Amino acid sequence: MNTPLSWIKAYVPELDCSVKEYCDAMTLSGTKVESAALLDKNLSKIVVGKVLSIEKHPNADKLVVTKVQIDKEGNAIQIVTGAPNIKVGDLVPTVLDGGRVAGFHAAGEGAAPAEGFEIKAGELRGVPSYGMMCSIEELGSSRDVYPDAPADGVYIFSDNPSYEGIQPGDDAIEILGLRDALVEYEITSNRVDCYGVIGIAREAAATFKKPFNPPVIPKTGTNEDVNDYVAVDVKADDLCTRYIARVVKNIKIGPSPLWMQHCLQAEGIRPINNIVDITNYVMEEYGQPMHAYDLDMVEGDDTHAHKIVVRRADKGEKFTTLDGKEYELDDRALMICDGKKSIGLAGIMGGQNSMITDNVKTMLFEAATFDGTNIRLTERRIGIHTDASGKFNKGLCPDTALEAMNRACALVEELGAGEVVGGLVDSYKNPWKEKHLKWSYERTNKVLGTNISKEDMISYFKNEGLSYDEATGEVIVPTFRQDLNEQCDLDEEVARFFGYANIPTTLPSGASMSGGQPFKMRIEDLCREVARSYGYYEAQTYSFESNKVFDKLLLKEDDPRRNAIQIRNPLGPEFAAMRTLPVNGILASLSTNFNRKNKNVKLFEIANIYLAKALPLTELPDERKQLTFAFYGENEKNQGFYEMKGVVEEVLETCGLIGKNVGKVGGDAYVEGLNQNVGELAASAKGELSYDANSGITFLHPYRQANIVYDGQVIGYIGQVHPLVEKNYGIGESTYIAVLDLKDVVARASLDVKYTPIVNLPLVNRDISLVVKENVTHAQIESIIRAAGGEHLENVELFDIYVGEKIQKGYKSMAYSISFRGKEKTLTEDEITGAMNNVIEALAKNDIVLRTE
Amino acid sequence: MKEQLEQLKAQALKKIEESKDLNALNDVRVSILGKKGELTNILKSMKDVAKEDRPKVGAMVNDVREAIEEKLRIRKEAFEAAVLEVKMASEAIDVTLPAKKQAEGHNHPNTVALNELKRIFIGLGYEVVDGPEIEYDYYNFEALNIPANHPAKDEQDTFYITDNILLRTQTSSVQARIMEKGKPPIRVVSPGRVFRADEVDATHSPSFHQVEGLVIDKNITFSDLKGTLAQFARDLFGEDTKVKFRPHHFPFTEPSAEMDVTCFKCHGKGCRFCKNEGWIEILGCGMVHPNVLRMSGIDPEEYTGFAFGVGLERIALLKYEIDDMRLLYENDARFLKQF
Repeated sequence: MNTPLSWIKAYVPELDCSVKEYCDAMTLSGTKVESAALLDKNLSKIVVGKVLSIEKHPNADKLVVTKVQIDKEGNAIQIVTGAPNIKVGDLVPTVLDGGRVAGFHAAGEGAAPAEGFEIKAGELRGVPSYGMMCSIEELGSSRDVYPDAPADGVYIFSDNPSYEGIQPGDDAIEILGLRDALVEYEITSNRVDCYGVIGIAREAAATFKKPFNPPVIPKTGTNEDVNDYVAVDVKADDLCTRYIARVVKNIKIGPSPLWMQHCLQAEGIRPINNIVDITNYVMEEYGQPMHAYDLDMVEGDDTHAHKIVVRRADKGEKFTTLDGKEYELDDRALMICDGKKSIGLAGIMGGQNSMITDNVKTMLFEAATFDGTNIRLTERRIGIHTDASGKFNKGLCPDTALEAMNRACALVEELGAGEVVGGLVDSYKNPWKEKHLKWSYERTNKVLGTNISKEDMISYFKNEGLSYDEATGEVIVPTFRQDLNEQCDLDEEVARFFGYANIPTTLPSGASMSGGQPFKMRIEDLCREVARSYGYYEAQTYSFESNKVFDKLLLKEDDPRRNAIQIRNPLGPEFAAMRTLPVNGILASLSTNFNRKNKNVKLFEIANIYLAKALPLTELPDERKQLTFAFYGENEKNQGFYEMKGVVEEVLETCGLIGKNVGKVGGDAYVEGLNQNVGELAASAKGELSYDANSGITFLHPYRQANIVYDGQVIGYIGQVHPLVEKNYGIGESTYIAVLDLKDVVARASLDVKYTPIVNLPLVNRDISLVVKENVTHAQIESIIRAAGGEHLENVELFDIYVGEKIQKGYKSMAYSISFRGKEKTLTEDEITGAMNNVIEALAKNDIVLRTE
Repeated sequence: MKEQLEQLKAQALKKIEESKDLNALNDVRVSILGKKGELTNILKSMKDVAKEDRPKVGAMVNDVREAIEEKLRIRKEAFEAAVLEVKMASEAIDVTLPAKKQAEGHNHPNTVALNELKRIFIGLGYEVVDGPEIEYDYYNFEALNIPANHPAKDEQDTFYITDNILLRTQTSSVQARIMEKGKPPIRVVSPGRVFRADEVDATHSPSFHQVEGLVIDKNITFSDLKGTLAQFARDLFGEDTKVKFRPHHFPFTEPSAEMDVTCFKCHGKGCRFCKNEGWIEILGCGMVHPNVLRMSGIDPEEYTGFAFGVGLERIALLKYEIDDMRLLYENDARFLKQF
């Protein structure tokens, strides 16, 4: 909403504050000012000049030397100009020596400097010039706003009869309506009344505690009765609360007066002619759109010469709006019809078949109130939005329709634009009534934390047009304030006019509470710490992605993860599917980094995947937080998988799943939401971690991948990204990825660490080098050693793998350091040898022998 | 005897002084103090000294020995120091070579900002809670006093899955879930992802984060809301931060407000950063609407409360002076490593 401050002041005449004071105070009372532009910011010393003579310039063909009268006394100055459109006797805006203009000579010369230009006396091609005649662009405006300005040349007052009576020396800025500020407001959706100038002026009056003088609307109309001209039948009164019709005859189309043009210009509306301008003016003033039909085009029926019927459209009905576009409608759209045909798309746009032209003789004025939701749904369904629908869709007050209608008719008479026929056709079956709200001023003070007197509160109400019934203790709210419905709404009115800034500043009383975060968030924070300590950067990627992702990741046709939840109205196909696996976002981010030539990038993300229990969705899906690690660029060749394994195991160790002696799973309290203690999931589950290479993950390298298995359950996976997938994402280096399901991790996590006593007896190492078949895994060997090593075995550490000419083909050599420690006493040589013999024997049973060379 | 000792001492000290290195010094030591050394030989001849003179001579021999040993020690230390010096000199390094750092990772700026917020509110006694990102229309709208066909539903440009399941547009959706589950007093903050159908540009993203705050208790007032959020602003942006509350409209709070803080670059004087306003809009807030309390089974006559919602990205962008929101989701390592 853009409104010139002068228009507000017209209804609050005692408003005397600077533009800044006005804007600040309005913002603080709830009518937020987005911006305020002083229209005369860069304009000074600009008067009406009268061209007295025009002579040829001695040295330039395109310039002329003029004498211009600049005051009433007849003083004149010499101005050299290139303006092609002046003639002797013209009145033109003229900037004097030392004055200032706001823009370049014509549009399209780029943005003018913020401070405008200073105009100084000087010489043009050897001839002195003491000022400049101004184009509309130099005055900081445009032909959009001043359509009477010439395309090329200076603005000429005397070409426009509206300026009759102005004289040389008059303030040209004032005459052009530029001694004003254009204020832009952000109106919240509840304040429908403030979409009109009247509403904002009422707020201004209440804010500054000044009288509010809305326009006085005189009785209008001839002695005729409009009911003899037209009948109105509202068939869909659920969608049309009120329909008012009046008729204007003997219309004289012409320009509207300057004051009205200036108001519209400031609002960014092009003045067109008196009738159109009046409807636009009233729409801006009251926030109530009106429509004008050519009455001669409005057909009647058997009983009436002209008739208006308001009904729902027929299914499949086609209608051509006044801009020539055809729309197909259904029975949810509301139509304005005459006795035979549709003539308007209610509240949105009139029809081509009944629009007024310059030849109109008699016109039907419509001011109606339509159901805002229905207008909004219709305009969205058929894809059309107009200034009028933008007002109607807020849901207007039917009482404003009457004020607007009478105001428009008064303006028709005032401007001599036609003869208003007496009377009113008014269909208003269920009139709105003012509201009587129960109100307790003690409650207002209690909620605000204030101590405001009842009298002060009541004065705030009265200043904004509410009243107080002493007898019942009720606040009476006029119909235009649709937003006030109960005590809390009145609390806000008091707060607004008392001033939010004047309300005290306190902290909540009552028992202090212990804050904190649930266990799962602590685990997430720990995961971040581990990731950071391993050099990973935290990424955040979108929750929705393209359905093509599944092909990019080589998922099988029947992979259940292809059954992603679909957004019904996505921004585009690339944002249509809620992700069912977390790898696409992070791979795409790695790709971005690779393209930008960032080296060795390691990313992690903690975010949800969304798994539908059934599609289409009938209940909320399972949202599972995933911890995803990914990197490209290895430090050591072929060690990527094990680097990834390192960070995964560090996470599991930090969260107490492995490597630590922990007590209760779930730690102190596992809180899903407030006060809901899910409690311990298992008493003290110290589980086994293993890696299952039989994981079959399509987007990972088939020979370098594994499921992460904890106590028999898959809680994640790890691997090198499949070369084809790397290619699909355009990552030109080996890429590794690991995913842990945090819901699974959290369910098994424990931060309840218990101390294990440190034994100070000596540790004895024995190294052995084994020859094993290629397909035997480290895990198999380790488990054999551990099983056979006896109670004193403490650690089994792989320290070398060798494959080469010294070893038989199909075999590899693996060297282990096995350590033992006594529990109560130092182990004897015999005990150690005995244990080692058992180990070697057990290995031999599995065809694993000591390396001999 | 005495003369003999004096002479030996003088000669020994001279030899020690003249020895060129540790080996030479060792030879000197052996030649004097060794089993067949000169001083040892003198000691051996003690048996020839008259018995009554022996203590005197013994003392003399000891004096000489000590003098020689002291000299040997000093000389040895000097040699060792010189050797160490040569060794260390050969180990000289260029101290200006690049530092070797642990490849430390980094949190996302949203996480850094969220941790700040959590720290502040946990300190004020708030519990952190969360809720589903795919949510029922009821919790996202209806329970927040936004009935079907309410214009606010359009304003928020919701992504729908079905008619009654959607991507939550605001973390306020957690409010009703919390109130249904728990009894007042309630004091929670709820961070999380929210979604709106906004095209991606420098200031918009279809997916972003909010932190919702909710306090319900007996006697909670608008002044408590002001005090709490002023405290929050000072904790987050610095002690000299001032706040300004402007009336606003949200369907689920009444009275409602938006809070501005003094620009942390110019401290309210006005600069390019705050578009010369001196103030920067930070969050929306208000007293919980009685309809919202009623719908969740809390009696608005007995309890009042306030709620607020902060855009996490907004805080991150402002606090770290990031000028383009898209940077937050590109995950360029050069960007992320700055936080």
